Amino acid sequence: MGSRFSVLGSRCATIGPVEIRLIVDGVGASYGARPVFSDVSLELRAGETLVVSGQNGSGKSTFLRLLAGLQRPDAGRIAYQLGNEAYDPRDAGRLLGWVAPDLMLYRELTARENLRFFAAVRRLRLDDGAIDALLERVGLGGRGDDRLAAYSSGMAQRLRYAYALLHRPPVLLLDEPTVTLDERGAAVVEAVVAEQRRHGIVVIATNDPRELRYGDLILRLGN
Amino acid sequence: MAEQSKPEHSSEIEPQQFSLLDAQLSMLAAAWAVFIKDLRVELRTRYALNALVLFAACAAVAVSLGVGFIGLRRTDEALLIQATLLWIALLFAALNGLARGFVQEEEARTMAALRLAAPPIAVFLGKFMLNLALLALLGAITTLLFIVMVRVEVGSPLAFALVLAGGSLCLASATTILAAIISKASFKSALFAVLAFPLLVPPLIVAIQGTASALDEAALPAALASLQFLGAYSVATFVASLMLFRFVWEA
Repeated sequence: MGSRFSVLGSRCATIGPVEIRLIVDGVGASYGARPVFSDVSLELRAGETLVVSGQNGSGKSTFLRLLAGLQRPDAGRIAYQLGNEAYDPRDAGRLLGWVAPDLMLYRELTARENLRFFAAVRRLRLDDGAIDALLERVGLGGRGDDRLAAYSSGMAQRLRYAYALLHRPPVLLLDEPTVTLDERGAAVVEAVVAEQRRHGIVVIATNDPRELRYGDLILRLGN
Repeated sequence: MAEQSKPEHSSEIEPQQFSLLDAQLSMLAAAWAVFIKDLRVELRTRYALNALVLFAACAAVAVSLGVGFIGLRRTDEALLIQATLLWIALLFAALNGLARGFVQEEEARTMAALRLAAPPIAVFLGKFMLNLALLALLGAITTLLFIVMVRVEVGSPLAFALVLAGGSLCLASATTILAAIISKASFKSALFAVLAFPLLVPPLIVAIQGTASALDEAALPAALASLQFLGAYSVATFVASLMLFRFVWEA
């Protein structure tokens, strides 16, 4: 029997694995008077990958920000169903890992300090070994003590993955997942997506044909 | 608008590998982590520190050149003038530096990462602790400069320190929530000053009166009423800020 856990609470308890679902019901978003998209409904379960595609300005990033709870929809409802409990995205930070070009970490801190900080505020116990392993996994082994100000854009993108995977979230939201990454970085992303698909939900916003193949479901926004 | 095709499989989530700490202690630990992170960033960039210290030093020099060498006789009016000048220096230095906590998160675009990871209360408490620490440092530096350059004599150091602490608590609680509010606005500095004015004037008046009493020699009983007001005001502002912060944070 696995150990029971409360993803949103702060106490550990014990049970077997928990099924997660993402429910999007009639969701719409707009900027001022200009509607971006409307009436999007879908449901995802653990093991499924959704790819969101569409032309520039069609609302791919906005859709992911709605799923991350960083923005509120103008219409409809989004919920994460975990067991019998439904959570609004704004209360589901512990369930979510988010990688996006506009995700910024602290440039004045080193990669290790950043990860230690986010582990602390997520109330995780992570020793240096676990952080080193995570940095190694995203291809930043040996660069953990460099400040982010000295990182290239590709390295910063890799660190975003470390940030997103820190708490092993059941839902991974990836906006332009391989932007600024080299071939080895893209391979890291492929491995991360493959691993995540085994036990959780992945949502990818992209127009890259190589990334469209990840999708079990395709959501096309815009015309 | 949306096309959808169904997959053939689904699987279950594995239990989390990392254990989670006890709720309340872990909230304080998270707040402490925010404070330490902000302190570390501040020590490396010195945005707020430079603004606070430079403003305090400039104010002390300007005041010393204006009234410091006149040799004011130690009358009640003179004590009130010295207390007023001290708090004006503290207030404007604080307004210059204390909004940085949230504004910097917004400008560096790190707000989203923090929002996803940290509980709102931990963020507020961490930023509040940083503002309090900066104000303690600012209070110490400004007081020292005023004692040396403006020849302020402190009659009752205990009452003086308590009034300074009470006034700083009021400033820190009010400026922390205001900084969160203005961080998403344009014209941040102007808005900060406008919003801070009505919130900070009542405790400022009382702090000035309390400080003037503390500069006098038999001061502790005289400063007691000011201390009670400052304590109550800072608790009220702190509690109201805690209750409001989640709405500001998620706006």
